[in-house]
Amino acid sequence: MAEVQLSIKNLHKSYDRLDVLKGVDLDVHKGEVVVLLGPSGCGKSTLLRCINGLETINEGTITLDGEVISGKSQAEMSKYRQKIGMVFQSYDLFPHKNIIDNITMAPRKVQGRDRVSAEKEARDLLARVGLLDKEKAFPRMLSGGQKQRVAIVRALEMHPEMMLFDEVTAALDPEMVREVLDVMLELAGQGLTMLIVTHEMAFARAIADRIIFMDGGHIVEQSDPETFFTHPKTDRAKEFLENFEFVARKRKNDSV
Amino acid sequence: MLVLAIDAAREPAISILFRGNNFVRLLGGLWVTIRISMISAVLSIPLGILFGIFMMRKNPAAKAVSRVYLDFIRIMPQLVLLFIVYFGTTRAFGINLSGELSAIIVFVLWGTAEMGDLVRGALSSIPKHQYESAAALGMTPMEINIYVIIPQTLRRLIPLAINLITRMIKTTSLIVLIGVVEVLKTGQQIIDANRFAFPTAALPIYGVIFFLYFFTCWPISLLAKYLEKRWKN
Amino acid sequence: MDWTFIQEYIPMYVEAGELTLTIGILGIILSILIGMIASAIEYYKIPVLRQIVSIYVELSRNTPLLVQLFFLYFGLPKIGIRWSSELCGIVGLSFLGGSYMTEAFRSGLETVEPIQKESALSLGFTPLETMIDVILPQALAVTVPSLVANVIFLIKETSVFSGIALADLMYVAKDLIGLYYKTPEALSMLVLAYLIILLPVSIIGTLLERRLRYAGFGN
Repeated sequence: MAEVQLSIKNLHKSYDRLDVLKGVDLDVHKGEVVVLLGPSGCGKSTLLRCINGLETINEGTITLDGEVISGKSQAEMSKYRQKIGMVFQSYDLFPHKNIIDNITMAPRKVQGRDRVSAEKEARDLLARVGLLDKEKAFPRMLSGGQKQRVAIVRALEMHPEMMLFDEVTAALDPEMVREVLDVMLELAGQGLTMLIVTHEMAFARAIADRIIFMDGGHIVEQSDPETFFTHPKTDRAKEFLENFEFVARKRKNDSV
Repeated sequence: MLVLAIDAAREPAISILFRGNNFVRLLGGLWVTIRISMISAVLSIPLGILFGIFMMRKNPAAKAVSRVYLDFIRIMPQLVLLFIVYFGTTRAFGINLSGELSAIIVFVLWGTAEMGDLVRGALSSIPKHQYESAAALGMTPMEINIYVIIPQTLRRLIPLAINLITRMIKTTSLIVLIGVVEVLKTGQQIIDANRFAFPTAALPIYGVIFFLYFFTCWPISLLAKYLEKRWKN
Repeated sequence: MDWTFIQEYIPMYVEAGELTLTIGILGIILSILIGMIASAIEYYKIPVLRQIVSIYVELSRNTPLLVQLFFLYFGLPKIGIRWSSELCGIVGLSFLGGSYMTEAFRSGLETVEPIQKESALSLGFTPLETMIDVILPQALAVTVPSLVANVIFLIKETSVFSGIALADLMYVAKDLIGLYYKTPEALSMLVLAYLIILLPVSIIGTLLERRLRYAGFGN
């Protein structure tokens, strides 16, 4: 197995008195695609936010490439965040910049890259996600799915070693979900390390190397996707999966 | 008399407030200000509501007239308006308006314009689907207004109208400049009368007037803020 | 109307208008600076300073400029702080305007969604870069209408300077009325002078607002 890239030890996080993460241990290997599943409020989004330093943690350590990145100030986090790309649920493009500037702003200002090469790379990436014709458009002129593809490109342009996806399709209209998931599938095929929080079960099964099932602030179960979806070990995971099946069957009955 | 004056000079200047009925006189001055603002507010609010509804009319002439009125009143400093009414009417019509009456005329003209604009803003901020969904429930236009539109409009309007009252009170301070004896003028009189006994009286007197205004306006502002927060949704 | 009288006294109005404008502009610049600093203190929730800012805002917004000026100009010299009426006007206007600008900037900053800050941070921007490159441009675009309204409001407020013996437009008009009884002439020139100063500001404001509106749409 490849080397461990990200290592989380005994992570605790609480808001006021509400404990959200109650001692999470997780190792992610280079090139691995890990999908985090679990009922809402189980702490999976909070876990991603802790990795990126958007939340201060109460206890534990987070290590990236052998370097401790938890407990740093926002200013110190800057250099680690350049290695970790993150895409959020929605509304995170900068509305005052057009698409190409949205993508090239961070490489130019943070990494000091020159405009010409940054824009060239941005165009290559936009072409790959089928949005080359939108480079001069402003975010408000794009559909939700297009915006999310740009957000992914914007993170990729920083040459991250790892990508975090926090329910990136949850706010999209159903017909736009596919175009975003396709881009993520393609990335997974290229060996980028990815941590994905999603509610798209079929997608999780297709993309994951490993499924992590969380509930109540703990990791309850982890296994390869085939095992998880066909033979979940714990009752809580079974219940979680059954909920989705029930929804699916009910919909089928309704449509008849 | 001389001895008394020297003795008094050793007293801290603030004690001038407790001499005779000085503080009561200041409060009397403040009352002149508040009375004028209250009369103006009470007249402007209903007139402003009518003006606001008038501005919603689609008639181009009505629109143009109200636009010019609103813009002129709002772009001119209130003191200029006071000068026009106080000095101008005397010349133009030969009527000698008192400072107080001129002030009320100006503040009603100004308050009506401001209130009208608030009413128009509140009315046009009610989304169209509110009318439509009320109509879909079978309400008559009258019922829609009474049960749906007016309650929502009022919630937006009342905090802003209360704020307008504090603006009215603050603006009323200008009337001293057209010769009305209000709180600043009373303060000046007290300072002048005691300029030998209390040479530094201007500091406490104007300081106290500052806080008299503050404690008049501040509670009203807090009320407006509270209502705004409470009715936000 | 006595046109020769008007012609004769136009230069006096021009001079007074220049004085009004100079003090107004200096006061507005200082107000904007105060507003930026105070709203930054509120945004970053700096303890102690934050409480001072909120006391200042309440004091300044709930008292009339004329009363503030009387205290500064007639009150403070009694404890040895002496200043010219010009300086007093600038200080008073900034004291008043600073709180209005603080509120304008605050509401601008409040409209920028937290996700904007987070996504900039996650791209590796430092907190300062996030503020300058991402949050401020969006906040300012939202702030423009209230900024323009404040500028107009503050220029109008300069009219009370005549109360502390500053030879501004009101002062000249009152002088001409008192000395020569040329009321219609003096008042017409007064109204015209304020229109000449304020109309362009109002028009530029409307144009700016239209240009910057895109940021208001967000995504």
